[in-house]
Amino acid sequence: MEGTAVLGRVTWRTARVVELHDQTASARTLTLAINDWPGHIAGQHVDVRLTAADGYSAVRSYSIASAPRPDGRIELTVERLPNGEVSPYLTQQVTVGDELEVRGPIGRWFVWRPEQEMPIQLVAGGSGIVPLMAMIRSRASTDSTAPFRLLYSVREPEAIFYSDELRVLSSQGDSLVVTYAYTRVTPKDWLRPAGRIDRELIASSMWPSNLRPSTYVCGPTSFVEYAAELLIAAGHDRDRIRTERFGATGERK
Amino acid sequence: MAIISRGFAGRRGAQGKELPPGQYLTSDFPVLSAGPTPHISLDRWQFTIDDGSNVLKRWDWKSFRQLPTENITVDLHCVTRWSKLGTSWEGVSLDVLLADVGTDLPYVMFHSYGDYTTNLPRKDVVNKQAWIAFKYGGLDLDPEHGGPARLLVPHLYLWKSAKWVKGITLMPHDKPGFWENLGYHMYGDPWKEQRYSEE
Amino acid sequence: MNASMNYLDGNAAAGELSRIFAADLTSAEGQCANCGVKKPFAEAHLYMQCPGVVARCALCGHVLLRLVNVGERAYLDLRGMAYLCLDTTQ
Repeated sequence: MEGTAVLGRVTWRTARVVELHDQTASARTLTLAINDWPGHIAGQHVDVRLTAADGYSAVRSYSIASAPRPDGRIELTVERLPNGEVSPYLTQQVTVGDELEVRGPIGRWFVWRPEQEMPIQLVAGGSGIVPLMAMIRSRASTDSTAPFRLLYSVREPEAIFYSDELRVLSSQGDSLVVTYAYTRVTPKDWLRPAGRIDRELIASSMWPSNLRPSTYVCGPTSFVEYAAELLIAAGHDRDRIRTERFGATGERK
Repeated sequence: MAIISRGFAGRRGAQGKELPPGQYLTSDFPVLSAGPTPHISLDRWQFTIDDGSNVLKRWDWKSFRQLPTENITVDLHCVTRWSKLGTSWEGVSLDVLLADVGTDLPYVMFHSYGDYTTNLPRKDVVNKQAWIAFKYGGLDLDPEHGGPARLLVPHLYLWKSAKWVKGITLMPHDKPGFWENLGYHMYGDPWKEQRYSEE
Repeated sequence: MNASMNYLDGNAAAGELSRIFAADLTSAEGQCANCGVKKPFAEAHLYMQCPGVVARCALCGHVLLRLVNVGERAYLDLRGMAYLCLDTTQ
């Protein structure tokens, strides 16, 4: 279901929090019902604006985690940052029924549309998994047969978002193959020692470059630059790699 | 009209001391930058004063660090509304650097490594109002806060305190620098809330 | 390339720019007026933690675009791009 973005300026809309779900110890998924929501394409994000009683406001960008839904609701998965200004509020203070202001959907570059049939590979660093999960969910909710591969780099097993869902989706044939990489702490009996992704992992988790897959990389800036370098070194076409950078701390402003 | 977010206050601290209008107190030290952090090795670093045609004075790091320095404690006011009070720096006064500069051109443009510039009246950087600072909180100034050396002009908004300075051009007329030519005030007095250029 | 990695990319500025541009900028191709490279605006390096928005060429670092919001006015400097090619059918 394509987002029907009308040519015209994007405006702030009122969003009501209808559901809250803790994703990990530090991350929470918010389900929002938004007035006159035009729909979205997997990969797009929204800007969320909070305003204090004295008029002070803060705006942050969050990727939409959900696939387009018939009821028009969207999900955002927010990671609480230690020195964050908005993320502590969204992950700890917001309750069901609260209203937020949301602008979007935004972006037409870092998107995946179900019409895209070629093999897709996704590389996620930490909370960079969020827009990529929207793509995975979007694919699952349509009859797309595009084969997906995901390389998901996290600090430790407890930091994984959507682990149950990814397990279910990746066990249904080989439409989705997921490879995890742990940078600090690995699960018990994990063969690969903790560390950054590297050439070997790219080679084993991604498509062969001669298949000319489309690649999406998302995460902190340093992760994205490094992953993109590895992919290009492995022979993947620079022009077929799309990137989205979150701040060094993972927060995008 | 924006919706008020129940219970949201943001990162701001309590208003204790008197702050310029529209500012709030912060205890951290935000890093704001219009470009990548330059990394300048000290054996390459230079500071020059020119008049648009001729270089009038030049220091390398060694000769710069032989100049007399001062320890100062100042308040910082950023146009993005945060203020940080009681910050400690060590630097060379612009009175020292501009002494014996044999021209009375009344305006200055500071240039930074990278492409940042900012303009000031010359009289605002002399008479103990401005320093080239190389230490913050007793330690060498971190590159992300403008090290090896930055300008410090605390009586104006912090965008005038150019990071990674490399020199001054003396000018006969005021000319807008990087932000001043895109809507920011030419002078920038926080106590008069001169954030943006007047119509 | 850029050791400090203190930048985002064109996607991060899209919301701000949507107040001014009716068409999405992230998928628009721009040519750097300095080095001539052509890239989607999404790939530009964005510095947003400063008194305005600054987009720089990912290749040469030249300023492509600057935006300052002053109340209801927006100051926009596009001198750094030789062109910006926008899809108006969106």
